[in-house]
Amino acid sequence: MATETAAATGGQASPIALEEAGICVDSHGGAIGLPQLCPDWMGNQIFWLAVTLVIIFFVLSRIALPRIAAVLAERQGTITNDIAAAEDLKVKASEAEAAYDKALADARSDAQAIVAQTKADIKADLDAAMAKADAEIAAKTAEGEKAIAEIRAGALDAVKEVAKDTAREIVAAMGGQADAKTVNAAVTSQMKG
Amino acid sequence: MATDVNGAAEQSGGLVFHPMDQFIIKPLFGDGGVGIFTVTNITLWMAITVLATIALLVLGSSSRSTIPTRMQSIAELAYGFIRKMVEDVAGRDALPYFPYIMTIFMFVVMANFVGLLPGAFTSTSHIGVTAVLALLVFFSVTIIGFVKHGAGFLSLFWISAAPLPLRPILALIEVISYFVRPVSHSIRLAGNMMAGHAVMKVFAAFAPMIIISTGIGLVVTPLSILAIAAIYALEVLVAFIQAYVFTILTCVYLKDALHPAH
Repeated sequence: MATETAAATGGQASPIALEEAGICVDSHGGAIGLPQLCPDWMGNQIFWLAVTLVIIFFVLSRIALPRIAAVLAERQGTITNDIAAAEDLKVKASEAEAAYDKALADARSDAQAIVAQTKADIKADLDAAMAKADAEIAAKTAEGEKAIAEIRAGALDAVKEVAKDTAREIVAAMGGQADAKTVNAAVTSQMKG
Repeated sequence: MATDVNGAAEQSGGLVFHPMDQFIIKPLFGDGGVGIFTVTNITLWMAITVLATIALLVLGSSSRSTIPTRMQSIAELAYGFIRKMVEDVAGRDALPYFPYIMTIFMFVVMANFVGLLPGAFTSTSHIGVTAVLALLVFFSVTIIGFVKHGAGFLSLFWISAAPLPLRPILALIEVISYFVRPVSHSIRLAGNMMAGHAVMKVFAAFAPMIIISTGIGLVVTPLSILAIAAIYALEVLVAFIQAYVFTILTCVYLKDALHPAH
């Protein structure tokens, strides 16, 4: 209706007069004054704004906001659970590490015990072998000494024999009648001397 | 007179400036007048605003996935942004009013952005629309204040921190500023939206200069196109900032109603 009035009066009247008359659109469809202030259109804006706000409010409060809140809460829950699970796993990992360390320490002390044991065994064997060897050496030495003594005694007898024989032969060679007993006694006393 | 000049200019092929025509409300069907229930361009663009809101917040969050899609993270961002604003500015006891404030924010921000589409109608550039929003906030906040605190709500105007002789003067100023709130609240938003869109139209009207005069047009046309791009970028910023300002002021007013003592 504003347009019709504008068309009826348009062209002649000044825009200010038209605006004061409550006309918002001129005969060419252009705006007169601020379209925002046109009283004819206010009711329409307010009605459709009310409809829009009511729709948005119901869509938000019934569907969108509870859903987003639920998603966010669920995500928060998931994150909390995951962090708790991670804490559990961390505790488990440190327990496993402690167990590993303990096993390592045990193994090390076992190994040391075995080493010490082995060393002791070896020492004992060695000592036994040494003692045996010493005894054998001692026996051999005694045997050797005995053999040397025998040889030495044998050699002395042989020297006596040779000396008696030689003395007898020398006496005979010099023309003397050598009585074997006398020669022998002489030689024996000489050798003792 | 001016109309004649305009008409003559259109016929002679001069520059045509109609920066305010984009704010005219027209019926979508037929040529009749605009009654209260007429389906107009404002109906269409408010419906688009509603659909955009639904697309973002309802369809965007429809997968309810723990690891959000892009749409869902924007929806969650908007939700978290306004919820945190309500909580930080107005306090935890304002959270029951969060859906109302979210409604206002989503309407204003979507209307602002939808209005930036070329050829669109910006419903928030109409003072009638923003005044209703601001009065809605003003009356709700005042009613909440009186319901929660009774006459104690009036302590909002009685600044006990000030020296006693000054208090009546300050009370007068506070009362005036309280009643000016809906005016500034609504004109700030409508004025910003209207000004930006009108400026864009003015720059756009300079663009055909090259058709009229090649010499001047070689300078003016590229400059006006550049200016439109720059203003458009600014308007994208303004579209969000004004929605933010409108919402945070709503929160501030709500805070005054919930905690009137200074």
